[in-house]
Amino acid sequence: MEKNKYSTEEAIPFWRDERILRVLGQIVFLVFVVSLFAYLYNNMITALAAQGMTPSFEFLKNTAGFDIGESMIEYVRSDTYGRALLVGILNTVYVSIIGIFFATILGVILGVARLSTNFLIAKLSSIYLEILRNIPLLVLLVFWYSAVFITLPRVKEAISLGPVFMSNRGIAIPWGIPSETWSTYLVVLLVGLIAAFVVAWQLKRVGEKTGRPPLTTFWSSLTFFAVAALGWFVLPQAPMVADYPELKGLNFTGGHVFSPEFMALLSGLVIYSAAFIGEIVRAGIMSVSKGQTEAAKALGLTGFQTLRLVIFPQAMRVIVPPLASQYLNLTKNTSLAVAIGYPDLFSVGGTSLNQSGRAVEVIALMMGLYLFSSLVTSAFMNWYNKKIKLVER
Amino acid sequence: MSRKLFPVLALLIVLSMVLAACGGGAAPTAEEAAAPAAEEAASAEAPAEEAAAEAPGETEGPAPAAGGDTLATVLERGHVICGGNASVPGFGFLDTEGNYAGFDIDFCKAVAAAVFGDAEAYEIRPLSSQERFTALQSGEIDVLIRNTTWTLSRDTDLGSNFVATTFYDGQGFIVRKADGIETLEDLDGGTVCVQTGTTTEANLADVMAARGISYEPVVYEDVETGWTTYEEGRCDAYTTDKSGLVSRRTLLTVPEDHVIMDETISKEPLGPVVRHGDDQWFDIVQWTVFATFFAEEHGITSANVDEMMASTVAPSEQKFFGSEGELGSFLGLDADWAYNIVAQVGNYEEIYNRNLGPDTLTYIPRGLNSLYTNGGLLYAPAWR
Repeated sequence: MEKNKYSTEEAIPFWRDERILRVLGQIVFLVFVVSLFAYLYNNMITALAAQGMTPSFEFLKNTAGFDIGESMIEYVRSDTYGRALLVGILNTVYVSIIGIFFATILGVILGVARLSTNFLIAKLSSIYLEILRNIPLLVLLVFWYSAVFITLPRVKEAISLGPVFMSNRGIAIPWGIPSETWSTYLVVLLVGLIAAFVVAWQLKRVGEKTGRPPLTTFWSSLTFFAVAALGWFVLPQAPMVADYPELKGLNFTGGHVFSPEFMALLSGLVIYSAAFIGEIVRAGIMSVSKGQTEAAKALGLTGFQTLRLVIFPQAMRVIVPPLASQYLNLTKNTSLAVAIGYPDLFSVGGTSLNQSGRAVEVIALMMGLYLFSSLVTSAFMNWYNKKIKLVER
Repeated sequence: MSRKLFPVLALLIVLSMVLAACGGGAAPTAEEAAAPAAEEAASAEAPAEEAAAEAPGETEGPAPAAGGDTLATVLERGHVICGGNASVPGFGFLDTEGNYAGFDIDFCKAVAAAVFGDAEAYEIRPLSSQERFTALQSGEIDVLIRNTTWTLSRDTDLGSNFVATTFYDGQGFIVRKADGIETLEDLDGGTVCVQTGTTTEANLADVMAARGISYEPVVYEDVETGWTTYEEGRCDAYTTDKSGLVSRRTLLTVPEDHVIMDETISKEPLGPVVRHGDDQWFDIVQWTVFATFFAEEHGITSANVDEMMASTVAPSEQKFFGSEGELGSFLGLDADWAYNIVAQVGNYEEIYNRNLGPDTLTYIPRGLNSLYTNGGLLYAPAWR
């Protein structure tokens, strides 16, 4: 019987052949997915054609015709939609980078504090983390905007802290304006940077020879700052002139003004994301076995040294992947800025959509740009993750 | 394997059917999502801006049974029915006693005074912006006086006729009185709050660029946020259509601290609308409006109308009062139709000041809505 079964001439019918069914299933699914998308795309094109529109990004070259409140590059209403969107992208990137920087610092402090042996610090930190993680970000943003920054005094009664002015038109601080020697000074800075690298490289060689770790960071940064300071005073004119804000007419002029929209968005993002980063850091620290801490103590390391030299290098491997996704969240969450009037990519995109009527293209472009920024952040974090991962010998 | 795959495939097929079923309208999803938002933004804030949202395709054919006999229908009914608004302070709203009041309502009263000699022989049908043209076409109302912007497509495709402009609306600015801002140039270097919308933002950018005024716009998606931040002093000015500014101003904590600037940066002419195809009724409503202009120009008010009528020697004024000639009969009205308008409702200035004047909460400087002799656009044709 057994032998007959295998030697039979009759092949298994294909509908019962698992190998074929498997492939067939995949193919059917693929065809289905592709045709679904083709159908949806075709439907969109047909509907647009019925309105006399064909998807095209030509409109990006047309005049935008609206103004944008804050911009990092020169922008006027007669610039193109493309440039308006660029302003939006730069604003988004700007607030994201600063937000990531501060959220990381605050998050690490909170994460460590929650594990502190000091009862008060640990409890305060956990109260913060538990509350902030459970408030929607939009609510936080509106709170920071309507209840904090907008309720600052009017511009004419601005609070003055030395040269810094705080009002509900923003926070005006003194700022440097590059003078004529600025470009020369940039060269000086470059020289300083090279000198610092040379010093660091030399020290490293000495250290390897003698077996005593030198203060590489200290000496190389000292070199850099020495060169920078020397250049500043040697040049015939200071490369930057301080510009103090003053109330002129309706608003502050001079210096640099951080708008309440920007401040509210930044505060909201930092405080919200820091709570999540705090939990990630705590998880990372707890993943390092207790024996490591005990061994470090036995060696006589102080609490801070234990954290810096023993715990964190090992915790990083656990921290970095979820931290990367937290950074992505922060970047994407900047789009909530539209609620409080900060001209980020989504806000400028929305206006462009309204003005040009190019809904499909603008939405597609915005999705693409957010995707791109996420992928870049993600690629950087992957690179960093690889760099710090446990090197197995 | 196939057993596992089956439910998945089945689910997908069901899903695809669902998608196909609603596929017809599925394509322009992005636009659909965006368009109502814009529309909402426009209509929530500025009644006059509703113009933009109107699709010309909603015409419902010619009006039934309303050919040239509107006057006869109205006379038989005993009162005139106006389409109005119940939610724009200053233009058309319910006052504390539950009566309709407002600038548009007063023009409805004027029509009633002209036709019946009784300014109270009217009825207001509060209409939404979507309903208003259908109500006019179907003969449910005799005349539409509801902050409606005169546009070409409405004047033609919607089967309606705009008779005259009673209020020249347009995008304006509200500022704090204490700041002493009187012209756009005073806003140089200032901050302007604006709602993101179809035309408001672009109008603002255009006019500021044209005049070389530098300013910082703060753009909000939400009307409430915009007004709150303006009130807190984030911005020196808030811009939207003037009628919107006025009605919104009454809701500010201390409305008297804010003033609407004379400047107007876009065209939004508002006026009464009648159906196509009834020239007599068109003339009646049109000349009712002109009568209020004429009365203001000649200094005839509800207070001095009797005195003026008795003492005037100017032929045009005598014709206006109906003591000379028979102009009223040309319209199918009594000889004293214009007298009734002024005596019972008042001249344009009285109507304006009653609803939008300096003593009201909904104060708008007259600007373009002044007589041509004062640099405005109000100009009544000759009375002969």
